[in-house]
Amino acid sequence: MSDSATLPTVKDALALGLTEAEYKLICEKQEGSPNQVELAMYSLLWSEHCAYKHSKKLLRTLPTEGEYVVMGPGENAGAVDLGDGLVCAFKVESHNHPSAVEPFQGAATGVGGILRDIFAVGARPVAVLDSLRFGDPSSQRSRYLLDRAVAGIGHYGNSIGVPTIGGEVYFEGPYEQNCLVNAMALGIANREDLVTSAAVGVGNTVVLFGASTGRDGIGGASVLASAELGEDDDKRPTVQVGDPFEEKKLMECSLELLERGLLVSLQDLGAAGLTSSASEMASKGEVGIDIDVAKVPLREADMEPFEIMVSESQERMLCVVEPHNVDAVMVLCEKWEVGGAAIGCVTDSGRMRVYDGGALVGDMPVRALVDDCPLYDLHPAKPQATVYAEPKAELVLNDSSVGIVRDAMDGGAWGEILLALLSCPNIASRRPLFEQYDAIVQSRTVRRPEQADAAVLTIRAHGSSPRVEWGASHEDRPLPAMGVSIDCNGRRVAADPYTGTVAAVLECASNLACVGALPLGTTNNLNFGNPEKPHIAWQLTESVRGLGDACRALAAPVVGGNVSLYNEGSTTGPIYPTPVIGMVGKLPDAHFAGQLGFARAGDTVALVGQFSPSLAASELAKLRGEGLPDGLPQLDLVVVIAAQNAIRAAVREGAVASAHDIAEGGLGVALAECCLAGEIGAQIELDSYTLDTLFGEGSGGFVVSGEEQNLRTLERFTPMQILGVVGGEVLRIVGPGGTQEGERIELTLAEMTRAHGALAELFA
Amino acid sequence: MRFGVLQFPGTCDEVDALHAARRVGDAELLWHGERDLKGCDAIVVPGGFSYGDYLRAGAIARFSPVMESVIAFAKDGGLVLGICNGFQVLCEAKLLPGALLPNANLRFTFRQVDLEVVRPDTAFTCACGPGRSSRGPGGREQLARLSIPAKHSWGRYYADEATLAIMEESGQVVLRYAEGENFNGSTHDIAGVSNEVGNVFGLMPHPEHAVDELTGSVDGLCIFASMRMAVEGARV
Repeated sequence: MSDSATLPTVKDALALGLTEAEYKLICEKQEGSPNQVELAMYSLLWSEHCAYKHSKKLLRTLPTEGEYVVMGPGENAGAVDLGDGLVCAFKVESHNHPSAVEPFQGAATGVGGILRDIFAVGARPVAVLDSLRFGDPSSQRSRYLLDRAVAGIGHYGNSIGVPTIGGEVYFEGPYEQNCLVNAMALGIANREDLVTSAAVGVGNTVVLFGASTGRDGIGGASVLASAELGEDDDKRPTVQVGDPFEEKKLMECSLELLERGLLVSLQDLGAAGLTSSASEMASKGEVGIDIDVAKVPLREADMEPFEIMVSESQERMLCVVEPHNVDAVMVLCEKWEVGGAAIGCVTDSGRMRVYDGGALVGDMPVRALVDDCPLYDLHPAKPQATVYAEPKAELVLNDSSVGIVRDAMDGGAWGEILLALLSCPNIASRRPLFEQYDAIVQSRTVRRPEQADAAVLTIRAHGSSPRVEWGASHEDRPLPAMGVSIDCNGRRVAADPYTGTVAAVLECASNLACVGALPLGTTNNLNFGNPEKPHIAWQLTESVRGLGDACRALAAPVVGGNVSLYNEGSTTGPIYPTPVIGMVGKLPDAHFAGQLGFARAGDTVALVGQFSPSLAASELAKLRGEGLPDGLPQLDLVVVIAAQNAIRAAVREGAVASAHDIAEGGLGVALAECCLAGEIGAQIELDSYTLDTLFGEGSGGFVVSGEEQNLRTLERFTPMQILGVVGGEVLRIVGPGGTQEGERIELTLAEMTRAHGALAELFA
Repeated sequence: MRFGVLQFPGTCDEVDALHAARRVGDAELLWHGERDLKGCDAIVVPGGFSYGDYLRAGAIARFSPVMESVIAFAKDGGLVLGICNGFQVLCEAKLLPGALLPNANLRFTFRQVDLEVVRPDTAFTCACGPGRSSRGPGGREQLARLSIPAKHSWGRYYADEATLAIMEESGQVVLRYAEGENFNGSTHDIAGVSNEVGNVFGLMPHPEHAVDELTGSVDGLCIFASMRMAVEGARV
């Protein structure tokens, strides 16, 4: 073993992000001071990113079991039952700090990482969604981050042949210095083909395959992901570089290895590289693993053992193989032009041992590495006043609350407010972003972006696995499909972490209801600031409580997810608390998938659900420069879910021609979006005609259209109010018995289209 | 009638092409490392990023063993369809004139586009709608229109003026983007071209992604149906 004179000290441990107490505990577990390899490995596995030491206790409160859950948290991805022997594996993950440092590679490798999680469980990736947060687009840095992150996501997803079918983006001041890049992926597998990462079978061989190992991304998990960002550029070497071509080959190779039954278990290499994948495989299988770093194919010849163990080089997988299958594994690696090397074996020692040729250079109990990191209690305290600055006012209402003044707008009217909302960055069409993504490869995409509130994918097989017949779609045969949504309005969570999180979960379920899908399971990415600060701890605690309550009420358990803490800018403070929710649902027949656009002239338009809108924390409030309120109106989960159930049933029966959930910008914007998506106008008369009813926000309201007698059937289950009729080239909204000149809304499709296209200039 | 669909490392749309072809005939995948075309009646070079598109889109794939056989098959008069990356491969292999340059907007762009069938009488378009003689309102020539998705970063068709003149003259321009649809900046709005003989055809939009109403449109199916008609007609 190493000469004790060269052993690292407590100072080195602190530099690697450990605390003094943690270092002492490591010394206890090691029965002496850890050497360089050991300390490097502990520092990563005991980092916030790998050990969830500030969130694990909270996460244990979440519901993780349910009727459709096939695989819960703990594996590379969770999985839910799709019926007919098929499952959907899915998960969302963040790559926030790498993207803030180098947005193209940060976002690209975020997609690469989440895709590996999906095929690591034996599922063929079928879709990617993204959830992005940037500062206000008036800032040049935000525009740069947006442009490069979107390009990076597209670069990876497009090149690997997995469609990017949906996503969301918000622009808010608190993300200026700490953008968020979360990516969600879904895969389909035969239920019996799911594979776990638990290493089993003493004497079995451990094979590393994929790209060779270099110095990229060393210390990413501890240095980059587990502390606040400081001087960004210094950390650039800790960002990894992705190669989607390498991953495409790796994916096909992994899936073929699994299909041929050559692997005992499989795990991807993500944060902390070999260190975490090998240790976690050993921990789950309750075995030991020996690894010889001299056998790892290297990109650079002179790498130290600890560098090989912690490298975050992309596009690598680790698997356990029975010795007699090793040759067959190598043959397939060769077929796919993927490197492969037997680098170790499974032992009964319960220890993680690292060799460099014949020399033992690291020796640690697996349990100490993976399970013994101390977990910390949070010390939540609600702040006296909001910690977030008021946004800059862009829209000023006159005292009479009739006219508005906005730069070039002269007086204006409520129609101008609607146009201002349609063109604001959080509501404007996402077309300039999603046009950079291939949304249709694999031929499953039934609802593309902007066609419906949720993406819809057929469940039929693609490629060699899973082995299910691919038929042409026939009108007379139901074709089961999945609905997928990802959402979170961070401003509302900032105003009220509990209710805002409940609203985010409900929003996903409402989106699914609008395409006819029933939620099966949930994934989440908790993006928060520094949890050691009491007010952030309060946000996190309240948010997780809301997440749990909402998922329980929806019977959509959490099957996996990720936590990203320390998201704070050096001068802008913490980000808005952003618990990004991803939800997967199932619909029995893709032919009846809902759409958001009005479909036919003459259809009746109705407002469905008990919708109690409020301008608190709304987009309009932001445009007016209002600060965050202290709390949001309480939500009644039972009432909202009843409305979702009614909508879902109506969509499945074809009783409605369109369905759209009311979100940012309220009823006015929702109506405009239905017109824009359907390229047709509507004549609307509201009983209550105020800024609140027009532009206020809240959960549980839907705009639907269809034949009136069909819409009337909804009344038995949920409140329903007829608003008007579809037709013409104009959206006209008026109050009861005529409306004052300035308040009447009368906008042509062309005017609304122009306003809605405002984001295009960001990519010009 | 059997289609052979090539599969290179980095190909993404081969299964889509396989299933599109199966709507009109039999189809199987052909691995890039093999020279045997297994007696297929027509070859589809599908979309994706063959060999990672390193060096230049399609530049490496053209040297693969399977392409040696495809080039010989084409020279022998066999039908070869190149879609997107496959179009790029066929241009690199000099089976088709011209080249594909980066889109005018310098971005990967995915968009449903309308195409005009300029030549409805080729082996790849003979099942695609109105013939040349059909007249629309005002007696103007009525061209069939296809709504087909396109998705690429390098799709701006380019050929020098002399080549373009020959191509236009000899009827090698088979598909054009309809007015306002040429988002990538292709010369002469060219979306699809054939070789002089007419047995090799490449296009940037993806007909294999337009074979089912459920996922968008069925307008791409006629390309595969045309190939079947041409092959079976030739056989009779």
